Amino acid sequence: MLLNQPVLPSPSIVVAALYVELGRGELPLHFLASLWRVMASMMVSVLLAAPAGLVLGQSPRLNRIFSPFIYWLYPIPKVVLVPVVLLFLGIGDLAKIVIIFLILFFQILVLVRDQAASLRPELIQSVRSLGAGRRALFRFVYLPASLPAILTALRQSVGTAVAVLYIAELFATQYGLGYYIFLNGSTLLNYPAMYGGIILMSLLGMMLYFGVDGLERWLCPWLRAGQVEGSQH
Amino acid sequence: MVKLEKVTFSYSGGKPIFDQFDWEIGDGQSWAVLGPSGCGKTTLLYLLAGLILPQSGNIIIDGQVLTRPRPQTGLVLQDYGLLPWATVAQNVKLGLQVRGFYGPDGKHAPAVATPTQAPDFWLHRLGITEVADKYPGQLSGGQRQRTAIARTLVLQPDLLLMDEPFSSLDPVTRKDLQELTLQLWREARFTFVLVTHAIEEAIMMGQSIMILGSQPARQMSFLVNPLFGELVDRDSLAYRQLFDELQSRLGAV
Repeated sequence: MLLNQPVLPSPSIVVAALYVELGRGELPLHFLASLWRVMASMMVSVLLAAPAGLVLGQSPRLNRIFSPFIYWLYPIPKVVLVPVVLLFLGIGDLAKIVIIFLILFFQILVLVRDQAASLRPELIQSVRSLGAGRRALFRFVYLPASLPAILTALRQSVGTAVAVLYIAELFATQYGLGYYIFLNGSTLLNYPAMYGGIILMSLLGMMLYFGVDGLERWLCPWLRAGQVEGSQH
Repeated sequence: MVKLEKVTFSYSGGKPIFDQFDWEIGDGQSWAVLGPSGCGKTTLLYLLAGLILPQSGNIIIDGQVLTRPRPQTGLVLQDYGLLPWATVAQNVKLGLQVRGFYGPDGKHAPAVATPTQAPDFWLHRLGITEVADKYPGQLSGGQRQRTAIARTLVLQPDLLLMDEPFSSLDPVTRKDLQELTLQLWREARFTFVLVTHAIEEAIMMGQSIMILGSQPARQMSFLVNPLFGELVDRDSLAYRQLFDELQSRLGAV
């Protein structure tokens, strides 16, 4: 019976299985667990990486000191640290959030830093001439200037975050789409349910992409305004 | 109003751009600083704005030695001075927001908060009310400069500094804005320094014209502009003579 399970079920079988699984009540919990983990790590990454990127971007001296360390740590594939993180942070959500955070942090940091560093000197000097000191420059120039970079970094990170989420959820958890997909694909050999889980995982990614796009429309209206009539320059 | 005493300045490692440079600007005067690009005009303006400080010598404005940007000094650059993510109205309000951010501390904002005209007044005065909700990227060059000027005048400066403000505009827009700027200067009577590489603009905008040339600038060459404030006929003999005089001085210094 089990051996007759097709590894490549037709879409209609997958959708039917997905419907049944969703109705049984467990799958929505897996989905929510994954959504929470990935959103929490994205949030923590932005909150820590964006200010750090802003500071480095507007201080060439600090940037000279720190960028070798950043470039040294950035290329390490952070998933190799999964056993270490699990060892130190235990089997709860925190470990999984930290693993995703480790990857997103550097992506956001570098993009925000470069954006802050590439601001035109004319802009900085004009705003300084209006009386702005360091704090006001942060508030009125660096912070709004870095918003598009933060959102771009988030958008680029969604794919990575979901991929790493799967790996992080393979270990020491009973909840999450990663766990669900692995369980059904490798242990229960319930392939329709596994593909259902994969569909939900891609829906999760899609929701995040749309979320970032929505944030951009809301927080950065000038980007769209520029696209509409961007010909005048 | 403004006094430069033996000002020496060089960018780190470079040869001096100004060496023991003296200059005096009277209250309410209008000066055009004329020179080819790369002669240190912008540096001079940044020095006057307090954005950079001389290695030696003093810049004294209104009796005070300049040590940082002065809240009563306005600065308008050729381009890129506006916040790209803020609308025209928000850009015009920026200076007031910065002042509100610090409060009247005498450093970032005047110690005594002076009542200022509402930003709406300046939007109207500069003719940019219709584009108040647009972003700088959606504006023409002329509208951008009008916004930059409005943003400065909202703060009621007693010293206005302009760095090639009209150079990237088409001739018609340029003339409009030159006339508007002179009109605003006559109304508000701020001290006015405009930096330009165009002889025509210097003749039109400056009561006095300073010619900056070779580096380091030590002695300044200047003349009182006999044609300032007149409807100048560019084919007249007086205009040609003044133009030739400035051109030969530009070549000589």
